[in-house]
Amino acid sequence: MSLWEYANPVKFLRLSERVLPTLWVLAISSTVVGLVWGFFFTPDDIRQGSTVKIIYIHVPAALMAINAWFMMLVASLIWLIRRHHVSALAAKAAAPVGVVMTLIALITGAIWGQPMWGTWWVWDPRLTSFLILFLFYLGYIALWEAIEDSDTAADLTAVLCMVGSVFAVLSRYAVNFWNQGLHQGTSIPVATGERSVADVFFVPLLISMVGFGLLFLALTLYRTGTEIRLRRTKALLAREGRS
Amino acid sequence: MKALLIRDIRLAVRAGGGFGLGLAFFLIVIVMVPFAVGADTGLLSKIAPGVLWIGALLACLLSLDRLLALDFEDGTLDLLATAPLPLEAALSVKALAHWITTGLPLIIAAPVLGVLMNLPTQGYGWLVLSLLLGTPALSVIGTFGAALTVGIKRGGLLLSLLVLPLYVPTLIFGAEAARRGAAGAEVSTPMLLLAGISAATIALMPFASAAVLKVNLR
Repeated sequence: MSLWEYANPVKFLRLSERVLPTLWVLAISSTVVGLVWGFFFTPDDIRQGSTVKIIYIHVPAALMAINAWFMMLVASLIWLIRRHHVSALAAKAAAPVGVVMTLIALITGAIWGQPMWGTWWVWDPRLTSFLILFLFYLGYIALWEAIEDSDTAADLTAVLCMVGSVFAVLSRYAVNFWNQGLHQGTSIPVATGERSVADVFFVPLLISMVGFGLLFLALTLYRTGTEIRLRRTKALLAREGRS
Repeated sequence: MKALLIRDIRLAVRAGGGFGLGLAFFLIVIVMVPFAVGADTGLLSKIAPGVLWIGALLACLLSLDRLLALDFEDGTLDLLATAPLPLEAALSVKALAHWITTGLPLIIAAPVLGVLMNLPTQGYGWLVLSLLLGTPALSVIGTFGAALTVGIKRGGLLLSLLVLPLYVPTLIFGAEAARRGAAGAEVSTPMLLLAGISAATIALMPFASAAVLKVNLR
């Protein structure tokens, strides 16, 4: 019994079918609880008023936008090293989810920035590097779409994901150097454990972050299953056509 | 290797290689800018380093799709892949040939176009130096993009979408160095970082390029 067993598509599908209903319930309920609690049952911030409530969408989406890319990187590495098709398909399935998360983070950030900073957009390092991340997602998805042979596409996108990761990190620091920011630093540093967010805001935020994480997991599992079935259908059709 | 380099340069310089096209494109971009933003010399001299950099970058980008596509079509790449020379080395040579035929003319033309853009006098040296350090990285990263999209019909637009985000760090440091140079400020930090990016990409990118090209030739 090891993790690699689930590289077998049949086993993977069986597992995901067993896990998915629970996962959906957990993901949707914690997202809804986090958002509803955050929107309706938290006090307004002294300085920011009710706009502070955007945080319950903005921060979890931004978190998952980065983690989705990271997950794609790990899946790409597994594909390149161990040639498990499920892994390549999981990376492919995660990309559109990641791009939507990035877009949500960018748009909610703009909506939040308008009343707080007085502008929809500034060329701040964090904002800029997120926009660059968005472009990387677009390129990655476009490359998947452009290549017909699925193994070639998996190989090429995997290498692109690795090279892209290096350049995304490089861009992050280059952009830091290039322009000073308006965006605040993190309020919840994981490493030191000292956060500057009060509990009334933090608990629903945490629930919301967990909810977005589970939602990403559920969507990715579901989409991976779809990709596996799609490939099977194609194989069946090809066999039909030949005989 | 030398033979390959000479062959590539020859092919690029002779008819149909589009040797002067990049240069002409660079000129046209620079000519278009004042029409778009106005002929105010103060403004032009302020944005000159950035505009010259972005012009050079676009000219470099445009010539990328012919870097490998022609060789892919007539089978030269298959020969190169089976030759005793490692594919990494062959691609490095191709990137070098691309730099000599595209990057170098751009660097030589940049000061002349700088005059059109009313670049401050102290900026010329730094502009040329930053382009000299930065354009090799553009060629090497571009080779990766070209290797990635070589099997795709009409991959030109996709190539731009893939390569431009990869150009971001180079552009930031290159344009920053040129801008600081023109403003008479300290340039060593961005210049060193730019040189670092170039050195790292020249050392590492050929491996990625060769890996994706092998997939495409499979």
